[in-house]
Amino acid sequence: MSAVLACTGVRKVFGSTVVLDGLDLTVAEHEVVALIGASGSGKSTLLRCVNLLEDLDDGMIHLDGEHITDPRINPDLVRRKIGIVFQAYNLFPHLSVLDNITLAPVRVHKRSRSDARQQALSLLKRIGLEEKADAYPDRLSGGQQQRVAIVRALVNSPRLLLLDEVTSALDPELVGEVLDLIRDLKRDGMTMVLATHEMTFARHVADRVCFLDAGRILEQGPPEQVLDNPVEARTQQFLRRLAPA
Amino acid sequence: MTGLADGPTQAQLDRIAWRRRQTVRSILVAALSTAVVGALLVVAITGAPGWDRVRQSFLDPSIAADALPDVLRGLWLNIRLLVFCAIGSLGLGLVIALLRTLRGPVFFPVRALAVSYTYTFRGLPLIIVIYVLTLGVPGLRLQGMPSVLVLGGAALVLTYSGYIAEVFRAGIESVHPSQIAAARSLGLTYRQAMRHVVLPQAVRRVAPPLLNDTVALQKDVGLVSLAGPIDAVRAAQISTAEHFNYTPYIVAGVLFVLLAIPLIAVTDWVTVRAARRQAGR
Ligand SMILES: Nc1ncnc2c1ncn2[C@@H]1O[C@H](COP(=O)(O)OP(=O)(O)O)[C@@H](O)[C@H]1O
Ligand SMILES: [Mg+2]
Repeated sequence: MSAVLACTGVRKVFGSTVVLDGLDLTVAEHEVVALIGASGSGKSTLLRCVNLLEDLDDGMIHLDGEHITDPRINPDLVRRKIGIVFQAYNLFPHLSVLDNITLAPVRVHKRSRSDARQQALSLLKRIGLEEKADAYPDRLSGGQQQRVAIVRALVNSPRLLLLDEVTSALDPELVGEVLDLIRDLKRDGMTMVLATHEMTFARHVADRVCFLDAGRILEQGPPEQVLDNPVEARTQQFLRRLAPA
Repeated sequence: MTGLADGPTQAQLDRIAWRRRQTVRSILVAALSTAVVGALLVVAITGAPGWDRVRQSFLDPSIAADALPDVLRGLWLNIRLLVFCAIGSLGLGLVIALLRTLRGPVFFPVRALAVSYTYTFRGLPLIIVIYVLTLGVPGLRLQGMPSVLVLGGAALVLTYSGYIAEVFRAGIESVHPSQIAAARSLGLTYRQAMRHVVLPQAVRRVAPPLLNDTVALQKDVGLVSLAGPIDAVRAAQISTAEHFNYTPYIVAGVLFVLLAIPLIAVTDWVTVRAARRQAGR
């Protein structure tokens, strides 16, 4: 089985800051990869590059073997195959929960309204929020908003789901419901790349943990290896700083 | 958990009674002070030495009745112009605001044109635009030249769309870029993201200032009378000259306020609603 995602030599520069410096990352089908690293190490930037929200300064990204950073490719077609969820949910405040979810199916995929509505309702039912279908996002708790955002990213049936610090803005008691949803997705075989600074999150859902440092992946492997027995001095230092004394 | 089953506690009942007494007291105070101020004004004005002269030349009922049909006919022109010009300048203003948001070097000339449009027509006095269009353009003697009324309306649309474009642009820029990122990441094109995500939020936010501009436009449409068409103020002016009496102006003024009341009320209502929505609905 070939890789779903393959980043090779990815370079991204903001002004004089080199954020990604020849980064390589391959993600297999059904694999869940957690990106960890200091704040500002480029985790969000990498996810935004994969979703073509940022242009690369060098390197290539392939999705299912297709070169998606080819400038001749239509980025809108690529983005429809990739879902992304942001730390701040970014739900559309002027649309109801249901309309947030059906916007892309109706406008992008030209599906019928009733068809899209059915799909959205069954997705909402799955996360136990079907009675919130007609509510506006500001009436939902943070955990509920984030679960709606994840469901919204799933309506396009993406090949790859990118999650950027999806639990960071949540109160601790709301993190669990979002984690449960992500574990469900993993069980269904969704291929995911998630950026996180919560090591328990990485440990519980990831097949592989990648430590980003100086614009590259310095160390990677199964969670218990990278998180419990890191080889690199920088990784050890990073984890020591996180661990409560 | 005391008291809930048997209704509110004594403390809550006391609070409710106290608040009710306070409300009654403030209503009484407001009514009394309004009556006092009103009475003082009436006494001061009607007791003024020139009151009788002023009443004769500004508030003559028979002249008011005489002028009313002409002023109303003029007002009908104001109303038609207002509707046409409001729709025209909202549409043109939105298009210009959207042209300014286009990214990429290809669109540089379009952006530059849109920017110079808003600079020019916000800078030019409306009266000059009206004169140029209604007096200058017919001088070209082109085939199918529209009427002076249409040209005057066009002058209003050109000027007002310059302001309205800036209001729309402020609204568009107030929508956080993360909303566009979220829309684009769902596969929406730039245009779809604008249409379904950015614009609905932007228009909601700028609805109060847009309505304000419409109220201002309502007063400015009468300026087309500079080029000949007779609006309510011009009709009042003619009637004033006929009667050597200013009452027709008062008639026109009262009609303008009556016309503005619903528009201003809607503006206030939309503003309050927008403020409440900002506060979390
Ligand atoms: N649009 C941007 N313009 C300039 N600098 C940026 C931009 N986005 C991110 N950066 C910089 O890139 C670096 C990496 O940021 P980010 O990818 O958000 O890190 P992380 O998600 O790992 O915390 C930071 O130094 C940040 O300041
Ligand atoms: Mg980040």
